[in-house]
Amino acid sequence: MKPVLDSHIPDGPLKEKWGNYKNGIKLVNPANKRKHTVLVVGTGLAGGSAASTLAELGYNVKSFCIQDSPRRAHSIAAQGGINAAKNYPNDGDTVWRLFYDTVKGGDYRSREANVHRLAEISNEIIDQCVAQGVPFAREYGGLLDNRSFGGAQVSRTFYARGQTGQQLLLGAYQSMSRQIGLGNIEMFARQEMLDLVLVDGKARGIITRNLITGEIERHAGDAVLLCTGGYGNVYYLSTNAKNSNVTAAWRCHKRGATFANPCFTQIHPTCIPVSGDYQSKLTLMSESLRNDGRVWVPKKQGDNRKPKDIPEEERDYYLERRYPSFGNLVPRDVASRNAKYACDEGKGVGETKLAVFLDFAEAISRLGQEAIAARYGNLFEMYERITGENPYETPMRIYPAVHYTMGGLWVDYELQSNVPGLFVLGEANFSDHGANRLGASALMQGLADGYFVIPYTLGNYLASNDLPKVTIQDEAFATAQTESTAQIEKLLSIQGTKTVTEYHRELGRIMWDHVGMSRTEEGLQTAIKEITALREDFWENVLVPGENSTLNKNLEFAGRLADFLELGELMARDALERAESCGGHFREEYQSEEGEAMRNDDLFTYVAAWAYSENGHTLVKEPLEYESVKLTTRSYK
Amino acid sequence: MTESMNIKLKVWRQAGPKAQGRFETYTVPDANPHMSFLELLDVLNEQLIKSDQDPVEFDHDCREGICGSCGVVVDGVAHGPQRRTACCQLHMRHYKDGDTIVVEPWRAEAFPIIKDLVVDRSAFDRIIAAGGYISINAGAAQDANSLPIAKTAAELAMDFAACIGCGACVAACPNASASLFTAAKISHLAMLPQGAPERKSRVTAMVNQMAEEGFGDCSNHAECEAVCPKGISISTIATMRREYMKAVLG
Repeated sequence: MKPVLDSHIPDGPLKEKWGNYKNGIKLVNPANKRKHTVLVVGTGLAGGSAASTLAELGYNVKSFCIQDSPRRAHSIAAQGGINAAKNYPNDGDTVWRLFYDTVKGGDYRSREANVHRLAEISNEIIDQCVAQGVPFAREYGGLLDNRSFGGAQVSRTFYARGQTGQQLLLGAYQSMSRQIGLGNIEMFARQEMLDLVLVDGKARGIITRNLITGEIERHAGDAVLLCTGGYGNVYYLSTNAKNSNVTAAWRCHKRGATFANPCFTQIHPTCIPVSGDYQSKLTLMSESLRNDGRVWVPKKQGDNRKPKDIPEEERDYYLERRYPSFGNLVPRDVASRNAKYACDEGKGVGETKLAVFLDFAEAISRLGQEAIAARYGNLFEMYERITGENPYETPMRIYPAVHYTMGGLWVDYELQSNVPGLFVLGEANFSDHGANRLGASALMQGLADGYFVIPYTLGNYLASNDLPKVTIQDEAFATAQTESTAQIEKLLSIQGTKTVTEYHRELGRIMWDHVGMSRTEEGLQTAIKEITALREDFWENVLVPGENSTLNKNLEFAGRLADFLELGELMARDALERAESCGGHFREEYQSEEGEAMRNDDLFTYVAAWAYSENGHTLVKEPLEYESVKLTTRSYK
Repeated sequence: MTESMNIKLKVWRQAGPKAQGRFETYTVPDANPHMSFLELLDVLNEQLIKSDQDPVEFDHDCREGICGSCGVVVDGVAHGPQRRTACCQLHMRHYKDGDTIVVEPWRAEAFPIIKDLVVDRSAFDRIIAAGGYISINAGAAQDANSLPIAKTAAELAMDFAACIGCGACVAACPNASASLFTAAKISHLAMLPQGAPERKSRVTAMVNQMAEEGFGDCSNHAECEAVCPKGISISTIATMRREYMKAVLG
């Protein structure tokens, strides 16, 4: 049976929808809030801000994270900044412009109403974070500083050196900690969600594994908030943290939540290139570097000279050449694809030839080394620690890497999935970034969802639904627990010959080669075949060491990989189905003579939501209607 | 191409919190200078799994020096020999073929060992929960630019706020004190006008919690500053003491 997807977009003109929505919802009486238990899974920007805000409102919150502390969620690694339409620089920004840039940046594959709400909320987020003590960069007059980011012609990005994600996350973590101290949040660290429990068709609980003892636990509540981040680690090598995974989202998917636009992945243009087979992850160099760094390759193929020995006229600043109005600040998908073209043409640099230069020489001579150090000092240090090269003296070598996933569980305007009571926030949902996310918009979305959207939409759900008391003795909990336990036992019992990492690397290779920066029908079909074979082999031949009753990282990774092996296939199928190029999804068959992406709005202006059943996936389409924005070819020339 | 190195590792193995620990010696014959230190442990673990032994457990996540998950004592130094570097960003180019490296967990009474190199740092969370925040509910904030903050003050606040909560300061301190960690948060919030209303209650609550968790006192060894991957200054500890004195006396 196909689920019916209703986006529940409120009535009225775009600019009034959020206001109308808030005027029309039901509220939960303050005295009744504490009677509701809300389970919040994940403690990144979305989960941390949601847990603290709901606890402040008086709900009884249980919060879960897989790390040893809620402060370590991967939002912490976001470097560059957070967008808001404050227009402090007086350079022409408005809520409309932030909305428009985000819709255009997403290549017209996101929902207008959600994105407009995000832009409206953006300013409140900055106010909130400053009040929490987030030390944003400031001007000498004591007011907040802004910088530019890709895909925009105004400066609207607020930042805290190259550690904006860290500071925003610590703000949310501290707010959460206050609520933990007050007894309003019960915190469960080192706990991994393994399943969603449905009672009478509604999300009423979760099954978790205590990662220290291996014990399987049951938790009941009135709603479940999934804030578990993205699935970039399906590629094995990505800028995601090693523990980032799709398991919680995937298990919800298997319980009925549709998964939307899984093929929309963001390949970030500026990462430190791969150095060898042992490589365990990739490190991002913030997009903010493209404010002052110039991207180039030698004009000649196979030019092995040192960068400083290559004269100006023999360099190709290809982004400035091809996109004169945005130059080095084109959106991420465009910058990544062009780096790939340069390397495909044999103009790549460095030992592996899979890299391009990001050069600061011009900025250093114009502004001085000190000014550059003030802006990017910590990033330069990080680059030097990893590569052993000094970027003040020689250009950085960079190459694209998987960074973010725009796809995720399908949600309506209220951030509710098609499973009643299951809400999905932040990167884990699909809603705001379309086919490509602009820089500094992930932090904005995570915090918008947690601080300012969910408090309204969750309240409306709780006040509008009859939610009889459910306890963990309910049979649905027992069934889900048995299934989780069985999978763990199965993984441990195979005792084959290949390690979890070996399988994961192999999956990553298939995904990167065929479902990466550029995709073809043939490649995607190959991927589906190879992933299916790999998954079968995994369940026959994986070697998971140790036992369940103790800290066992390999067992954790094995369970997550089992889900990635299913997700990878769905990503390839989704990419195959979408016979157009848009944003981060580039199908070689659909490009202009100049190599630019060609969308097909007549056929593909929809959200591709996939429903799971034992017999395979079915596609459900949510048509995207553009009332306020005219669909045009995205041009940054 | 780069040459591979033969590295000997003496690693602390401990099955659980109550189990007797011991050093085990392993050899990784094909380490590469471009590898990170954690990737060396990955390679060792693949070797161990293939030879039917339990892999070495260690905490790690972002592997770019910001999440604060990783942290081991390398040859007696928390996070290893490279200054201002978490061990995930320590690279093997700082070692040579034939080297022996000793790897141990953080050792402190307030950080009980969970398994091998993994310790329980939840005491840090409880110190923050005692007062390491500004009490502001979502939605109650005024415009972000309504309170100007001098650039120098904002920069200093950022210096202190850079703490990643890894616990190296505790591991390096002869007293296993959490003073640098606690003081960094107190100093961050004390630099800002938003932190002023709770200034006194914050410092007393956090300092008391620190003592309650079983961390030692500071006796100015400055080992914490030396190993801090973010270079947090011990001047924060002076600030914490000043704040504490003002709170209890004033």
